[in-house]
Amino acid sequence: MSGRKTEETDMTYHPQLSADGKLKHLLTTEGLPRVMVENILATADQFVSVGDREVKKVPLLRGKSVFNLFFENSTRTRTTFEIAAKRLSADVINLNINASSTSKGESLLDTIDNLAAMNADMFVVRHAESGAAHLIAQHVKPGIAVINAGDGRHAHPTQGLLDMYTIRHYKKSFHHLSVAIVGDVLHSRVARSDIHALTTLGCPDVRVIGPKTLIPTEVERMGVSVFHDMSRGLEGCDVVIMLRLQNERMNGALLPSANEFFKSYGLTSEKLARAKPDAIVMHPGPMNRGVEIDSPIADGRQSVILPQVTFGIAVRMAVMATVTGA
Amino acid sequence: MCLHSPFPHQGEGFTGRNRFSLGMKIEINNGRLVDAANHLDQMQSLYLTDGRILAIGQAPDGWKADKVIDASGKIVCPGLIDLCARLREPGLEHKATLESEMFAAVAGGITSLVCPPDTDPVLDEPGLVEMLKRRATALNQAQVYPLGALTTGLRGAQLTEMVELTEAGCVGFTNGDEPIVDTVVLYRAMQYAATYGYSVWLRPEDAHLSRGGIAHDGEVASRLGLAGIPVSAETVAIATIVTLMRDTGARVHLARLSSRQGVDLVRAAKTEGLPLTCDVGIHHLLLTDRDIGYFDSQYRFTPPLRSPADRDALSRGVIDGTIDAICSDHTPVDDDAKNVPFGESEPGATGLELLLPLTLKWAEQAGATVPAALQKITSGPAGLLGLDAGRLAAGAPADLCIFDPAAFWALTPQTLRSQGKNSPWLRRELQARITHTLVNGVLVFKA
Repeated sequence: MSGRKTEETDMTYHPQLSADGKLKHLLTTEGLPRVMVENILATADQFVSVGDREVKKVPLLRGKSVFNLFFENSTRTRTTFEIAAKRLSADVINLNINASSTSKGESLLDTIDNLAAMNADMFVVRHAESGAAHLIAQHVKPGIAVINAGDGRHAHPTQGLLDMYTIRHYKKSFHHLSVAIVGDVLHSRVARSDIHALTTLGCPDVRVIGPKTLIPTEVERMGVSVFHDMSRGLEGCDVVIMLRLQNERMNGALLPSANEFFKSYGLTSEKLARAKPDAIVMHPGPMNRGVEIDSPIADGRQSVILPQVTFGIAVRMAVMATVTGA
Repeated sequence: MCLHSPFPHQGEGFTGRNRFSLGMKIEINNGRLVDAANHLDQMQSLYLTDGRILAIGQAPDGWKADKVIDASGKIVCPGLIDLCARLREPGLEHKATLESEMFAAVAGGITSLVCPPDTDPVLDEPGLVEMLKRRATALNQAQVYPLGALTTGLRGAQLTEMVELTEAGCVGFTNGDEPIVDTVVLYRAMQYAATYGYSVWLRPEDAHLSRGGIAHDGEVASRLGLAGIPVSAETVAIATIVTLMRDTGARVHLARLSSRQGVDLVRAAKTEGLPLTCDVGIHHLLLTDRDIGYFDSQYRFTPPLRSPADRDALSRGVIDGTIDAICSDHTPVDDDAKNVPFGESEPGATGLELLLPLTLKWAEQAGATVPAALQKITSGPAGLLGLDAGRLAAGAPADLCIFDPAAFWALTPQTLRSQGKNSPWLRRELQARITHTLVNGVLVFKA
């Protein structure tokens, strides 16, 4: 496009960084400077121990109001954000807004304006539409931070970062890792956030594994290689990230049955044996045992699924502290 | 091949305009006359009277002008003919009104426009079409050529009264942006239209393959997590339509091509000799799915903006004649329908006042000449509509557009006359500014 822009256009617009390069919102792991990701992980290190203390609180966000704005239900993610904010001493307000009630009346941005008028300092937003958090971040006045807690199929950056924290915890460095992401990549915001975070941190070998119906078009352009044969895809992997398969995908034209999916793409000990012996197994939760993952694996020695949850709180604390400049 | 008579330029409905203009002698001097259809591209004077071009170059004997327009440094071309402009009336006046959009059209140099039937109610009854034509005529601006609904309520089940609708002024029939799901209905609709020689306008889209889709199924949609609309949604539909054309003999105009493979299929069908024409929306010649950026809903279109390779193929299709016309695909959308997440936003952009500058921008980028580009928005669409318009010749209607090809202007909501203020080009500078628009020899717009 050769159209010369007039002066009114902000040529330096960045969706999540301020003009001086600070993180003002966390919307996606795509395009985050590597050093910023590393800083968030390092900050999270300091917060991990807060959970072990008798008094599990630090005063960084004292007096700040954090609105958990969930247009799509998720008890688990909302709870981890709530705990993270409370450990930072923030006031937390939880709002579950049924998407259908907004379609009847108030628009998304009207809802945001109303809550901003209540002197919100931060919005943690989950929404069924890809890009909803970007829209809100663009709309709010300076000083209000937006954290994307999942937008459609697009991004779930705090999950991406907590996955990186977990991988770093067990594998130390990303430079020689092979990471496989398995299952419903097409509908997975976790997969996208993991892929961008991994490539940002220098992971040389990211693979996605799934049937053709669940792999996004031209996903290779995101820097991954595609496998349809799970055993080959897992060959020599250091990290196996299993994705949740939503119930509604299991019938219809995407997949014939949960049973057949498990046969090809469920993680069993035979398939896991193709990965490195010290490979770790991750899952963003909630798990469908027997659909994407076999119970003995989920509970087995290679599983780091529960530590992921624990680290998740520290990483979310780190993100909240970073975007508020605390 | 004018199948749509009576031709409105001579219709009785225009006495209002003609009463004030009849006999008015207008002379346009010092302009560069451009009309690719007549191989005309030179500095000459133009003499108009009685709503028509009386002479070019040499003043007729005894000529004495009532009004002289100095077109120094400007291009004088036939008034633009836009194959798709949504006027939003009746029923959608919160997005735009007939008045606002008719004024916007002439401000954009457009003297004839085709409007689709996707209003509320849908244009599926002769009375509605007559009312629209009457109201448009009363405004004395551009000529309006409605497309009638191909099926009642665009629901894809019941054929409309095409003969009556044609008598009321429809120039063709379309189901708008609602694909006909039932192939039998499409087959019968094409058969029935072919009985009378009516042309069927179809936007090629397979309803199943596009279902739930938001953006071009490719790298960008995958990265942004937007549900994809595959190219096959277009090509499967074109293949079906072309097959049914062979069976029914229907004359078809394909609206809004979007893909490389779509252009290839049209090229092959034309080579085969089928009576097929097609157009492309101007935005699809300039923009791609990459431009969506961070979910910018100004870049949501129907059909979706596709890849750079698709855009380039569309561009080649325009140049080699596979694509007959460029249209504005004018779609006024209110801010409330754009200030929502990308997937919930309403597709489309304002276009009437951008058709000329954007077409010239495309020409510059694609290496097409100005006359060749103007042909696609004048004689190209006129030819496929069977209109006596879109050309500069003695005897032709004095529908003219005069513009300054060198003038820059910034696009802002305030500079748009259209009530549709939504555009990917907001706050950008555009080149080429319309200074005069004449319809039937009447000056209807002056900058």
